Amino acid sequence: MTDVQARQKNIRNFCIIAHIDHGKSTLADRILEYTGALTSREMQEQVLDQMDLERERGITIKLQAVHLTYKADDGEEYLLNLIDTPGHVDFTYEVSRSLAACEGALLVVDAAQGIEAQTLANVYLALDNNLEIIPVLNKIDLPSADPERVKQEIEDVIGLDASEAVHASAKAGIGIKEILEQVVKQVPAPSGESEEPLKALIFDSHYDPYKGVIVYVRVINGSIKAGSKIKMMATEKTFEVIEVGAFKPRMTIVDELMVGDVGFIVAGIKHVGDTRVGDTVTDAKKPTLEPLPGYRKINPMVYCGLYPIETSEYNDLREALEKLQLNDASLSFEPETSSALGFGFRCGFLGLLHMEIIQERIEREFNIPLITTAPSVIYRVTLTNGETIQIDNPSNYPEVGKIESVEEPYVKAAIIVPNDYVGTVMELCQNKRGEFVNMEYMDTTRVTITYQIPLSEIVYDFFDQLKSGTKGYASFDYEISGYRKSNLVKMDILLNNEQVDALSFIVHRDRAYQRGRIICEKLRELIPRQMFEVPIQASVGTKVVARETVKAMRKNVLAKCYGGDISRKRKLLEKQKEGKKRMKQVGSVEVPQEAFMAVLKIDDN
Amino acid sequence: MTIIQPHAADAAASQGSRKPQAVYLHIPFCTNKCFYCDFNSYVLKNQPVMEYLQGLEREMERTVKAVPPGEIKTIFVGGGTPTVLKPDEMEYFLKTVRTYFPNWSDSIEFSMEANPGTTDLEKLSVMREGGVNRVSFGVQSFQNELLQGIGRIHDTDDVYQSLENARKAGFENMSIDLMFGLPNQTVEMLAESVDKALALDLPHYSIYSLKVEENTLFHTMYKKNQLPLPNEDDELQMYLLLMDRMKKAGYEQYEISNFAKPGYHSRHNMAYWLNEDYYGLGAGAHGYVGHQRHMNIKGVNPYTEATKEGLPRLETFTVPKEEAMEDFMMVGLRVLSGVSESHFKEQFGLAIEEVFAKPLHRMLDAGLMEKTGEGYRLSEQGLLFGNDVFGTFIGSLTVKE
Repeated sequence: MTDVQARQKNIRNFCIIAHIDHGKSTLADRILEYTGALTSREMQEQVLDQMDLERERGITIKLQAVHLTYKADDGEEYLLNLIDTPGHVDFTYEVSRSLAACEGALLVVDAAQGIEAQTLANVYLALDNNLEIIPVLNKIDLPSADPERVKQEIEDVIGLDASEAVHASAKAGIGIKEILEQVVKQVPAPSGESEEPLKALIFDSHYDPYKGVIVYVRVINGSIKAGSKIKMMATEKTFEVIEVGAFKPRMTIVDELMVGDVGFIVAGIKHVGDTRVGDTVTDAKKPTLEPLPGYRKINPMVYCGLYPIETSEYNDLREALEKLQLNDASLSFEPETSSALGFGFRCGFLGLLHMEIIQERIEREFNIPLITTAPSVIYRVTLTNGETIQIDNPSNYPEVGKIESVEEPYVKAAIIVPNDYVGTVMELCQNKRGEFVNMEYMDTTRVTITYQIPLSEIVYDFFDQLKSGTKGYASFDYEISGYRKSNLVKMDILLNNEQVDALSFIVHRDRAYQRGRIICEKLRELIPRQMFEVPIQASVGTKVVARETVKAMRKNVLAKCYGGDISRKRKLLEKQKEGKKRMKQVGSVEVPQEAFMAVLKIDDN
Repeated sequence: MTIIQPHAADAAASQGSRKPQAVYLHIPFCTNKCFYCDFNSYVLKNQPVMEYLQGLEREMERTVKAVPPGEIKTIFVGGGTPTVLKPDEMEYFLKTVRTYFPNWSDSIEFSMEANPGTTDLEKLSVMREGGVNRVSFGVQSFQNELLQGIGRIHDTDDVYQSLENARKAGFENMSIDLMFGLPNQTVEMLAESVDKALALDLPHYSIYSLKVEENTLFHTMYKKNQLPLPNEDDELQMYLLLMDRMKKAGYEQYEISNFAKPGYHSRHNMAYWLNEDYYGLGAGAHGYVGHQRHMNIKGVNPYTEATKEGLPRLETFTVPKEEAMEDFMMVGLRVLSGVSESHFKEQFGLAIEEVFAKPLHRMLDAGLMEKTGEGYRLSEQGLLFGNDVFGTFIGSLTVKE
């Protein structure tokens, strides 16, 4: 056996599959701590989730990877690569590619709560990628833990043997060693050939202002080192490698990435778009014949308009989007104009969470207050002249007379819920124009309900309503299932008799009247009183379907001058003005930011 | 684009070249705390009043040494309730004022705030002898049930008694404060209060709307939805009604909340509104002298202790010229005759029009301000939306867009 083969034999590449708050990040931290990759003092809580936003939400957005060494009970030293995966439905494709970089996965299930929909979806992805799955029952120290029931559930629902499942508590540090031992014993060593031409999978990348794009790869065959000429097989771009390294967990330069390794490549790459997740890296001079399977270009699913509240910040917003795009090839944007909001950008996102993240990062990291218009999906409109157009912005929706038919995207939604809530969930899905597909019992207490639902309904407040309607017990996953014909109309909103293009939305004809009424009520609550009366109307075509009025404000004056305390008076006025800053002047009416999202907060019940 | 020179470059044209002529003195004691009050005041019982007055004396001494006063045109003693001082304390206090600010104008206005129920003839006589020539009584309302509801300890009988005593003691320049928008107050009640106030035939009235301030009992109640305030329409009716009645009774509304017979404007308050300098002495007092604003330490004992070491400042800061110009508009537009071009030019060496072109035209176009022969003022509509007008000027120079 050569040195390379001996090394390869002791490599274990694995990831963790878990539902949000089933303890993935804490477990990752404990593994790092146990293997001495970081001392606990060095370690900020939950090292793998590096962005503030991730830490606040307790979810992983950006993938990370760490390289660890572990001396197992058999006396051998193993090289472990733990690849973290994002835990949200918006990032399913990214998850699938990071799974493809592994040979094994820890399936972490809360010993009290059992399997959730997201976990299930990711387990299926892992099985598709032929990963060895090691069940771990976490939070075993909770009084409500019921490991036997959960083991049974894993066996029934997934068909995995759970008899060897590790009982663990990441929080209390229980079972960490057993987990590592199982990884070493059960996860196969990587199987590639060191003598074959280079073949490496890109599973992530990030942009570094000094080094350019840093590409995260898993070497399948061959090896890679500084000076190699490489080629990205999908984009057909070639680069010269400047350095290669491993995540220990800080990025550390190494001489060579060998077969089976997980690491990074720096090659003077300027655009993340040149290094697409799922693409294959090969030797430019001696390329591999076939790229790795599974690559696809990901397209945005949800669009919305982003506008700076201060018109003068348009260019700052463009720069912010450009910077975010450096790290996020799935974010798309192009300039658009709204008569109500001025100059802004129509942005495309993988999903709602992705949209919220980008929005928050622009406001927090770039300090640009934004107006966000309600998200829209892409509608396919066939015109009477036979032409088909794609509409991602309701204000571009054609006149009724020119429309032959409209199609909208549907998703297949799987919802796992305790059977007490079956009625609630079905009612919600019906309200959201869902079409029942089937219902399966996972065990005696929990059910998987499957529906076909228009994506536009999911994009609204489906998730919030699902959570509140089931006291948080429901978990939910979806995948795009195709386009279907629908009877849709465009609803316009008029403030003070002027149409506000940024408030228009597309709605099913049967619901137009009700939605119009609710949104007018909502806007009446959100729009502060002005010095004059403001009528709010919702209309379909020229027909007004709902009307509300914001009564005029009668007076606004500070009575007293507080014994010469001028600075206090100033502060009061500044505070009042600060409040107004979050408003957008639309015609003569001052409209607060939230109003543009009001359409999202509609509860149809 | 107007280039704005810093203060120093045109000191001659700027305010502050004159010595201060207005003095504010703070007596931070009350018999009890009213439910709406967030002023710097402490319940009198067991307070070291004499030590405080000695501290105040030390502050006066240090102040006039640092910035010698000009001829004093107005003195205003506020609180708290200055009239909770016992006659001997009052006599001592007024003597110290006279000692450190001896150069009084012939027509000096020397005001003191008073609460009905804390003013007997003896005390009023001491005040009069000590130089006080104007008394402002905190009456607030002529309905006893409303007075109880806002935590006042006096009743309407005390009001008549106090005014009679004041007249006996030789005061003829008197004012009373009224409030509207009080919990459970109706438009009719307010009308009755205004009529009863007018029947007293005083030269000056202040009529304020209640504002619920943080850190007051009312704020707590408001948060719990336990404060039955009049609705906005009623509050507006009250304001329109009182303005109308005051006008018909021959009083000029010279400021948003102030009404006077000719020649009886509160000249001390006018100094604030014209952005002129004033000394601010006493615990928690604010002053504005030579482009500097200061706020004093608020607590009674910390204040008194601090006067032994130096000036008892909590904070002091220099007001940049841009901010001073904004302040000029904010306070000046409260006065109904408006801001004067010549006065602005005198303080800043610039024209209002060139400094504030954008906000000025916005307000003129919106009909909230109007041009006068002298300068600009709030329009009738603008009077009701003063905050919107002032807010337009605040930040227009100091905040970068």
